[in-house]
Amino acid sequence: MRRALSVPLAAALVLCAMPAFAQVKATAQNVPEIPYDSVPNFLKLPPGRYLGEAIGVATNSKGHVFVYTRSANTQLFEFDQNGVFVREIGPGAYNFEFAHSVRVDPQDNIWVVDEGTNTITRFNPEGHITLVLGRRPPAVQGMLQAPLPGPKPPAAKYTFGRPTDVAWDPQGNIFISDGYVNHRVVKFDKNGRFVKQVGSENAGPEPSQFNTPHGIAVDANGNVYVADRGNNRMQVFDNNLVLKSIYDNIGVSWTVCISPGPHQYLFTSNSNPNGNTPGSWDITGEIYKMELDGTILGKFGHAGKQLGGFQVVHMMDCRNPDQIIVAEIESWRVQKLMLKPSAAPARPTTTAAR
Amino acid sequence: MKRIIQLAAGILALAITPLAAQLVVPEIAYDAAIEPLKLPPDLNFGEVAGIATNSKGDVFVYTRTGHPTLSLGTARPFAHGGSRMFRFDKTGKYVGEIGQASYAMLFAEKVKVDPQDNIWVVDQMANTIMEFDSEGRLVMLLGRKAESENVPVRGAAPPAAPGGGGAGGGGAQAGGARAGGAAGAGGGGGDPEGGGGRGRGGPPGAGGQQDVFNRPTDVAWDAAGNIYVADGLGNNNRVAKFDKNGKFVRSWGQTGTANGQFRQPRSIAIDAQGLVYVADAGNRRIQVFDADGNFKTKFLNVGTPRALCITQGPRQVMYVSNSNPPENIDYDGEIFKVDMTGKLLGKFGHAGRLAKEFNGVNQLECRTENEVWAAEIGNWRVSKITLRGAASTN
Repeated sequence: MRRALSVPLAAALVLCAMPAFAQVKATAQNVPEIPYDSVPNFLKLPPGRYLGEAIGVATNSKGHVFVYTRSANTQLFEFDQNGVFVREIGPGAYNFEFAHSVRVDPQDNIWVVDEGTNTITRFNPEGHITLVLGRRPPAVQGMLQAPLPGPKPPAAKYTFGRPTDVAWDPQGNIFISDGYVNHRVVKFDKNGRFVKQVGSENAGPEPSQFNTPHGIAVDANGNVYVADRGNNRMQVFDNNLVLKSIYDNIGVSWTVCISPGPHQYLFTSNSNPNGNTPGSWDITGEIYKMELDGTILGKFGHAGKQLGGFQVVHMMDCRNPDQIIVAEIESWRVQKLMLKPSAAPARPTTTAAR
Repeated sequence: MKRIIQLAAGILALAITPLAAQLVVPEIAYDAAIEPLKLPPDLNFGEVAGIATNSKGDVFVYTRTGHPTLSLGTARPFAHGGSRMFRFDKTGKYVGEIGQASYAMLFAEKVKVDPQDNIWVVDQMANTIMEFDSEGRLVMLLGRKAESENVPVRGAAPPAAPGGGGAGGGGAQAGGARAGGAAGAGGGGGDPEGGGGRGRGGPPGAGGQQDVFNRPTDVAWDAAGNIYVADGLGNNNRVAKFDKNGKFVRSWGQTGTANGQFRQPRSIAIDAQGLVYVADAGNRRIQVFDADGNFKTKFLNVGTPRALCITQGPRQVMYVSNSNPPENIDYDGEIFKVDMTGKLLGKFGHAGRLAKEFNGVNQLECRTENEVWAAEIGNWRVSKITLRGAASTN
């Protein structure tokens, strides 16, 4: 259900009191199940290469698949459209420490967001770094001290606090969800100059505040969709970061993806929590397919260890809205899901995927 | 009342306006190539701290890349890696790496090539200056890498806040405490055990009479081959002089703002007359000394000088970067062309991420007057700048 902009105070207080990252059952009712198959053995790694926590996944215009993974070291792998390993990009690059997100822009540049180095880095298709936002804390300063008690310093324009994701509007403006330490969305122009932010260094439950903005996507009209994970909702902003609406019936919005083309679809994952807390498999793990206006079209997936089940979906690629690629944390796995055409969305299909 | 406020505002505006901005300095026309060096497919620069060329036109780049690592042993963490030095030929073709897997490439600061084409590497975290010959063999070492690193323990009381009256500001690299260790806070009063840093024998904030450095930043040589080290961003604020064999001669300077004192010297260069130019960044000036450390003069019109180079040949000029801190591209970033008396001949560029913009320039290389190389910390790149000579001397 779409929700206009008034969050009742009571609800805000409840959200505030709730521990971050709890398991939350979505309140959406009578959502049709979308049947799907998971392609067996989708990514074929050469001997001696392993995925760790899969964390980030994206495709380029040729269908090549990029996986940003917490392996022995954080690494960025490229596979072709059939899942055959192509190469490792930027081995040992200075921005690689603790993977969080990978996205591919319309020019097939590969952007990675690393929450271990507070950087957003653009690789060109050849694999060379052409833009860096944020700064890795200098090693010479040693490990950062735990924050002192008292108010946090204001979030700075050009540095991040464990950023989580990146997206672009059609003009090339850059939007960054930032993150675990700051709780804001930052807009830069295409040349990397600060334009504006919404949210701040402090978490909050009010509209236009965030509690760990964890994923971000922009539609063809430049509207900005933010997975406001700790607040169990998605917030939608216009291009100037003015709030338009809140979708709060989809459980915990871990990550968000918008398909290209004339009719865009919105996907969000109510991922099961890390650690598979008791009872979580019963009420979490599904991915929602939505219209941009928040209308839920269907859902698919469930928590589970076996192929076809999910272990904390962390990122999705939806370049083809009928072929969703998901990266999972706890199974160290990337799955390609072939969604089957279902009957009219209003009529629930009964092909249970679980 | 209103007038008082206006007056106060006027004074404030004067106080915060960079001196350089009060002068009319001609703009120099220039081009900049941002990919003058061709890296192999698997290599990327990280923060480019150092850039130098040798007499044949080979190019050396010292960059912070890879994974700065602490490994565990005997309850002490040991630091490894984090920086590499790449070599290119004069066409920009990648030739290879120097010092890979060496003991002391932790946090790149500068690379310089001496008149004999030896390659000198200044590492800010290892506290070492390594001299390699042109083949990449280590021929001399100044300083010693700390045996292990101090790491703050979670939940432990934080160390004292940085620096009373010291150099605190000036960007994230300025001042920060080194891993909570004894080599403490930015430009403050120094170590109570005397000498500042870990050395002995000098006044507070001066370091010891020896080759023990605290985040050294640069190295230069005079015609006799004597070695001068800018030391540094820790709580030594001195220039240390060694003879050509590496034997300590003298040092001068200590923490402070008076003539002959420093706050975070970041760059050093020596002209054909043997005068020593020190980019005293925290004091926003260049100080000039003779070879014995006697103060001669200072230039106050160059913003915050983080990088400095002097051209070769009979008529020398210098280039000075008023570098923006790599965490902010909204101010500074221009490079000044300066004659040897401190007169500004021209300027070019500003902070940013596009070609012909600069972000956190940490080193300049200028063998000739119209070709300048810039190492950019914020943009992880090298810019090769060609000046069109419009604002050349006289």
